[in-house]
Amino acid sequence: MRTQWRSTAFGLLALLAGCGVGMAGAAVRVTIADLAFSPADITVKAGETVEWVNNDFVDHTATAKNGDWDVMIPAGKSAHQKMTKVGTFTYFCRVHPDMIGTIHVVND
Amino acid sequence: MLRIHLHSHALGLAAAFMLAGATMPVNAADAPTDPQIAHIAYTAGAIDIEAAKQALKISKDAHVRAFANDMVRDHQAVNDKALALVKKLHVTPEDNDTSKALTKQADAERAKLAKLSGAAFDKAYVDNEVAFHKTVDDALSTTLIPSSSNAELKKLLQTGLKIFEGHLKHAEHLASTLK
Repeated sequence: MRTQWRSTAFGLLALLAGCGVGMAGAAVRVTIADLAFSPADITVKAGETVEWVNNDFVDHTATAKNGDWDVMIPAGKSAHQKMTKVGTFTYFCRVHPDMIGTIHVVND
Repeated sequence: MLRIHLHSHALGLAAAFMLAGATMPVNAADAPTDPQIAHIAYTAGAIDIEAAKQALKISKDAHVRAFANDMVRDHQAVNDKALALVKKLHVTPEDNDTSKALTKQADAERAKLAKLSGAAFDKAYVDNEVAFHKTVDDALSTTLIPSSSNAELKKLLQTGLKIFEGHLKHAEHLASTLK
């Protein structure tokens, strides 16, 4: 019974993360594959964390256009960044500037 | 006959490499073979790594050095993938006139750059990176990708093209900041 509840909770969490909408305490995941951020447009609450999972065989970065943060995401690895400021942030990969994403950070 | 066709094609492709922006018509009869394509793509990557290593020896500009480091890392990753793939497919990369022309031209360019230093070197290196990536991207999209017959090789070249298009954009941006 307990296991069942736990797996349901995990399923729900995965579902919410998949929608690109943040949940308190959970990282919102952005996958990188074939030189693209997916989802490319996400919304998180202030204080939440965005996690990038790089499935490519080359390193990437998630670099905020306004210079607020610059995250290295090595090939086959993941990296994360806490979103503290409310607003809309465009980011790109410094090595492959055609890779572009947007993060909307909203009030809790 | 086939040999003559291949020879003339390889020369044509070599000419395309030497004239940035030129395009090559793709003709099924004289398209390069997979072993030749693999060799051309690998050679182009190796050339860019050498150019970046020269930049890391000479340049003192932080942005130019960061770009050169990116080139070494990315092109090495692509070439490692290419080597693993040809091994898996039991394909032996085949030297050809295009690879030879590429290497010859790159040797001449490196010798030219070796005489420069400071801002003059940085500008020449980055301008050459713009021209080189334009030529390689063009050759990939007009000749190498359409001519490749193995699906895995084609996919790797397509991913390579996306990576190198990113390099071109990065190089163009860097070039616009150098005087």
